[in-house]
Amino acid sequence: MEQQKEAGTLGMWAFLITEIMFFGGLFMAYILYRTKYPDAFSSGSGHLNWRLGAANTVVLIVSSLTMALAVYYSQTGNKRLLIVMLVLTMILGATFLVVKGFEYHSKWTDHLIPGFGFEWHLRGDPQQVQMFYFIYFALTGIHALHMVVGLGIMAVILRMAVKDRFTPAYHSPVEISGLYWHFVDIVWIFLFPLLYLLGAHEGH
Amino acid sequence: MSEHVVSKKIYFLIFGALMVLTVLTVYVATFNLGGPFNAIVALSIAVLKALLVVLYFMHVRYSSRLTWAFVGAGFFWLAILFALTLSDYLSRPWLGQ
Repeated sequence: MEQQKEAGTLGMWAFLITEIMFFGGLFMAYILYRTKYPDAFSSGSGHLNWRLGAANTVVLIVSSLTMALAVYYSQTGNKRLLIVMLVLTMILGATFLVVKGFEYHSKWTDHLIPGFGFEWHLRGDPQQVQMFYFIYFALTGIHALHMVVGLGIMAVILRMAVKDRFTPAYHSPVEISGLYWHFVDIVWIFLFPLLYLLGAHEGH
Repeated sequence: MSEHVVSKKIYFLIFGALMVLTVLTVYVATFNLGGPFNAIVALSIAVLKALLVVLYFMHVRYSSRLTWAFVGAGFFWLAILFALTLSDYLSRPWLGQ
């Protein structure tokens, strides 16, 4: 059992390393264009709603806490609280996506979708600002997709928990899914300052 | 090696630290520190937060050495990606804007 658990954890980490590389490439693109167009990136970032970004950061950190507690209750064999924590985690994940949806909608009404009648009348070269928004949508879009996948995984784990599949001796699925959930949280921990806070002191 | 159950107290402590760091990073961002310093402060806080999540929420601190090696290798390779790419781009200014 011990060895199986170890193998499962390592397997998940091997997958997460490919995810680190995947997001790493996108972060690399962000770094390069930001060094190239510092003013346009700062200006474009200043237009994002950092309050919503901060709210979503808090939502995700709380969801990471509930996920960690879900693992704790699966280890201690408390089925009722395990289910409560899994449901809370899913509600928080869904809240994140709803807030993100409102943000995307405001970008649509402000004509800030790259390639679809992008308009920019504030400081900075419109073409360069469009590049900022392209990277913004690529990074947050793929992150949101990971959240959707995470919700699906949590739904499966919740179903298994309801069916009494977990015991203090066997709860690897909860733990391994938790690794994925925390990883997606970490990606957002970097996205929030890089995208939202970069131009927050400009405040337009 | 039996499984290590991380106590609830530690989870809540880490959660509190993550919240404090989030408030701090937002607060610092309202000032213009000039030059690259906004980015340096923001990234340092983000790395610290990520470390807390990896070590405690993801249990790496209590995991086997092999897990440590996996996780370390992942971030080491990420560092290679950034360092080598940047050493190329940043040292060739004549490529122009």
